[in-house]
Amino acid sequence: MATRDLPAIFEEFDEARRAGFVKVMNFKESGGRLVGYLCSYTPIEVIEAAGASGVALCGMSNEPVAEAETVLPKNLCPLIKSTYGFAHADKCPYTYFSDLIVGETTCDGKKKMYELLNEIKDTYVMQLPQGQGRAWVAEAWREEVRLLKEEFERRFGVEVTDDDLRCAARARNRFRRAMVELFELQANVPPAMSGVEMMTTALQSTFAFDVNESIEKVESLLEARRAAYEAGERPISVEAKRILLTGCPSSGVIKKVGMSIERNGGVIVCLDDCSGERTQRMMIDPDADDILGAIADRYLGIHCSVMTPNGGRMENTAAMCEKYHVDGVVDLTLTACHTFAVESELMRRKMEEIGVPYLHIETDYAPGDQGQIDTRIAAFIEML
Amino acid sequence: MTYRVGVDIGSTAAKAAVLDGDAVAFTLCEPTGYSGVEAAGRIEAALEAAGFPLSACRVVATGYGRVSVPYAEKTVTEITCHGRGAAHLFGGSGVVVDIGGQDTKAIVLEGGRVAKFNMNDKCSAGTGKFLEIMANRMGVTLSELERLARDGNPTQISSMCTVFAESEVISLVGAGTPREDIAWGVIESVAAKVRPLVPQVQGARYFLTGGLCECGYLVERLGAALGAPVETCPQARFAGAIGAALSVPTVADATIGRADAAVPTCT
Repeated sequence: MATRDLPAIFEEFDEARRAGFVKVMNFKESGGRLVGYLCSYTPIEVIEAAGASGVALCGMSNEPVAEAETVLPKNLCPLIKSTYGFAHADKCPYTYFSDLIVGETTCDGKKKMYELLNEIKDTYVMQLPQGQGRAWVAEAWREEVRLLKEEFERRFGVEVTDDDLRCAARARNRFRRAMVELFELQANVPPAMSGVEMMTTALQSTFAFDVNESIEKVESLLEARRAAYEAGERPISVEAKRILLTGCPSSGVIKKVGMSIERNGGVIVCLDDCSGERTQRMMIDPDADDILGAIADRYLGIHCSVMTPNGGRMENTAAMCEKYHVDGVVDLTLTACHTFAVESELMRRKMEEIGVPYLHIETDYAPGDQGQIDTRIAAFIEML
Repeated sequence: MTYRVGVDIGSTAAKAAVLDGDAVAFTLCEPTGYSGVEAAGRIEAALEAAGFPLSACRVVATGYGRVSVPYAEKTVTEITCHGRGAAHLFGGSGVVVDIGGQDTKAIVLEGGRVAKFNMNDKCSAGTGKFLEIMANRMGVTLSELERLARDGNPTQISSMCTVFAESEVISLVGAGTPREDIAWGVIESVAAKVRPLVPQVQGARYFLTGGLCECGYLVERLGAALGAPVETCPQARFAGAIGAALSVPTVADATIGRADAAVPTCT
């Protein structure tokens, strides 16, 4: 596998980022294949069955947004700008060293950004259907997953067998079960850990090269937290208001929104974005006759606001409110995410129907509105 | 005798209210200036001069500068405080519109408690800042702007952004549009931008709190935009501070959120 030199800007990086680049470079030099992905619709089993490592690309920081805005419009989702900006600035080791980036036609902003990203890094775009209801959709998406498999086979010169796919599905199932069990510790009253720890764990697991490493980390954290709770440790006050966080991907605002909730008398007991329980709970039958179809079906079932209609998301959130004894729902929209912004009205109505207080906040990665976000969140928690 | 005191450090004005029992015994309002901490210091001195030394007071702070009040025993957000203050002034149910210096909030009160609220995004459209900038641009005070607007003919200022709206006003001035008409457009613009924030609740009473509650013409136009009369009174400027004073922890905490209590201070 061809490797590349460190970027020219490397000397300007701080120690942590240099270490990150060196780690990824060593991984590549020892023959590792790296596939970057952006979205929970990416069938990661196919990447892993092809002998590659799938890593989530860093679209979670405000740092490269200004650089991205030299190319992309300002009025675009911060996740898209951040992802592109990291690639454009050579500041993300995973993007820089990846063999391929896999995207999907989720939202309009992303799918058009991929055309520009492809100028910097080979970007393969899967065509995701816009809804789940019609009979042909499952067939079409299965075909997309098959084409992705063929892309890897061609690119990496490997053959991806059904057994490879089954093996990858078993490992991912095990990882997801551990994540769900970790999430479920939060159903306790009081919960077993801070929501910020839970969110950080979910985020970190997306940067590991080896799924077994992720499994081990999450399973050991799960055991530690479970044992501590059973031994009577109560790190979170029973007075803390129990918050479910839904909406756009929240990893880029763990500090801005997650910490604000927990600093102002709340605790996030349920992470209901696309890396949360709603998505992690969905498993794949590794023994399905049509394993590729089983993988495709699992992903098509994900509830993102890019699907229309997407009523299953609201139904699921209502069920999570009950399961996690939720006091209030915070619905996060990243600036210029039209689908989640519009869908927030449906979520508001659903929460009104089941009598759970609801707060919608729209923000980006910039620190400018931290004061207003704090005021809104604190007032909401005071209200509960 | 211990007084309950609320200190509301806003972006534009710093307010304080002293409660003697449940009655508002003293209020003060002054420009916040550069430093919230200094404003809090001036308020401390003014309270002492008025016969309310800190030793006789229990203080809760609110407003964006709520963390700058070293003598406050706790902080509560301005949304909760305006809700409580309005419940105290007007009774416990209705929709409170607080037009502040940098934020505008609409708060639905049910039984004296905040049931839900909306707040403008990071933009000064429909806030006191918008009026201040437009009045400055036209070289008039806020009360003059109001007086002019009453005699104006309909003129639209359509920009949602304060900076663009200022350019629009400059264009109108350049085109020789009468000042009265521009003033009409400015007031109408605030009413139009506040309206979508305010939940329409069938048969609800609407209250205006914050720094613009003595702007009679704005109150009228806000009522027209909302399709219901808007009630206010001079003390509503201090609703945040009054709400903060009501948030001083008590044994019973029963005075907070007086559900539809008949408080005859003003209606």
